[in-house]
Amino acid sequence: MAVVDPNRTPAGGAREPGRGKVNETVGHWILVVSIHVAVVILWYLFVAWGDVPSYVMPTPLATIESLGKNYNWLHNTIVTAGEIFGGYLLAMVVGVGLALVFSWFRLLEVTFMPLLVSLNMIPKVALGPLFIVWFSYGVGPNIVIAFAICFLPILLTTARGLSEVDPDLIDLVRTVRASRWQVFTKIQLPGSLPYIFSGMKVAVVLAVAGAIVGEFIASEEGLGYLMLQVQVTLDTAAMFMAVLLITLVGVVLYWIVLLLERITVVRDARLD
Amino acid sequence: MIDRTPDAEPFIHLDGVRMVFRSRGREFLAVSDVTFDVEEGELVSIVGPSGCGKTTLLKILAGLYAHTDGVVRIGSGATAFDPGRDVGMVFQQALLLKWRRIVDNVLLPAEILGLPKKESRERAMDLLDMVGLVGFEDKYPYELSGGMQQRAAIARALVHDPKLILMDEPFGALDALTREKMNLELLSIWQKAKKTIIFVTHGISEAVFLGTKVVVLTAGPARMADEFEIALPHPRHLDIKTEKAFGDYTRRAYKLLGME
Repeated sequence: MAVVDPNRTPAGGAREPGRGKVNETVGHWILVVSIHVAVVILWYLFVAWGDVPSYVMPTPLATIESLGKNYNWLHNTIVTAGEIFGGYLLAMVVGVGLALVFSWFRLLEVTFMPLLVSLNMIPKVALGPLFIVWFSYGVGPNIVIAFAICFLPILLTTARGLSEVDPDLIDLVRTVRASRWQVFTKIQLPGSLPYIFSGMKVAVVLAVAGAIVGEFIASEEGLGYLMLQVQVTLDTAAMFMAVLLITLVGVVLYWIVLLLERITVVRDARLD
Repeated sequence: MIDRTPDAEPFIHLDGVRMVFRSRGREFLAVSDVTFDVEEGELVSIVGPSGCGKTTLLKILAGLYAHTDGVVRIGSGATAFDPGRDVGMVFQQALLLKWRRIVDNVLLPAEILGLPKKESRERAMDLLDMVGLVGFEDKYPYELSGGMQQRAAIARALVHDPKLILMDEPFGALDALTREKMNLELLSIWQKAKKTIIFVTHGISEAVFLGTKVVVLTAGPARMADEFEIALPHPRHLDIKTEKAFGDYTRRAYKLLGME
């Protein structure tokens, strides 16, 4: 009577990677590329058929051609990218660092978290002019603005991730006398990674915005500065190109974050 | 197989155990009148409704709570008991770490205790074999069904070779059929591993089917109603659920819980 054989359970309940996975991925990327190409085509058709003047909206080709003009593109892009990456890295170090300190010293968290949540409500962009007063202008202050605008989401999500540990799991490791450090390294920190990454993804967009606002307010270089310069001469194509390059820098940063997440976080644990 | 010599010291001895929680000046009686003994190698079921203090009692046994009154003694002259390494726990949720492969999840308590790596890994593989998870050691938890995850959790509770396994409604989150299957599997694991197991459940039939002894707790106020031995032979199969003796035992438990 082999009706119930508890020792042999088929893998029925388990999900196995499907064979159509590669096709699915290829299909996904074809779709991603197509929708972007479609937007560029629509853009072109809109300008070409709508008789839109080039100072209102350039064609995609004119936009790319503006790269040939002597606007110091490479230098300005490097400056802006440096501000974004710099502010972002600083925000990561401070955001994750503070969250760790908070998780170790509960009293600090209870005291300062409400303050930080209030500070988070301040539109950081509005602080731009103040930063200029305090730190003068240039790459440094722009890094500070990018940092200020994007570090709180990282701090808040990391703090949340560090506190999201099942109490039963803590009980389980307490029965084998786990030290606080072991709980931290084996459970809390790896468990909070998905949260850290979700904060980091939000922070990418904010860091880009912060750096550009800084350049708008006061700056002598960078893509935001360039945009204001070419605006005077109504070189809309160059403005478009600057926006594209700014976006590109943001996309590259976002990809780096995604790649790091792929490497460090198991698929099932990722928060999207 | 269970030594019930009247003079011998039992492995676990509880006498008049009481637990009172105090919060904001108010007292809340979580456990009272709990008196029973457990011999080494027994599988004792603790059954009762929500709020009867069964989880609290389990946490007292695990050394996570300090009881208010009464005697809690684990270990005997014959078998020493180290509360810092002789307890294995299984909860309703498997609580596997999502970022660890199954074998590494099983190894967690051994890692925390700093047990030798190679031996621990071999033991983990043997345990995975015992719970029927051979070939799944390198999978991640999400690749396993609920029942399989719970089996990995059982292997994890055994990896440091503890003398006492505490289970808090371990199959409560599983569907009825998987649960029956896991009951059978637990009996076979218990017989192979030769561990003392305390199994908390609110399923009376499950408690009687698994236990060498059933302890009945009641709620409001929380107290122990009775304990009785289940004299059904091992190994047990699902057929015994149709036997008269099984029905008598479950009826007795229902009666104690005022559900007749």
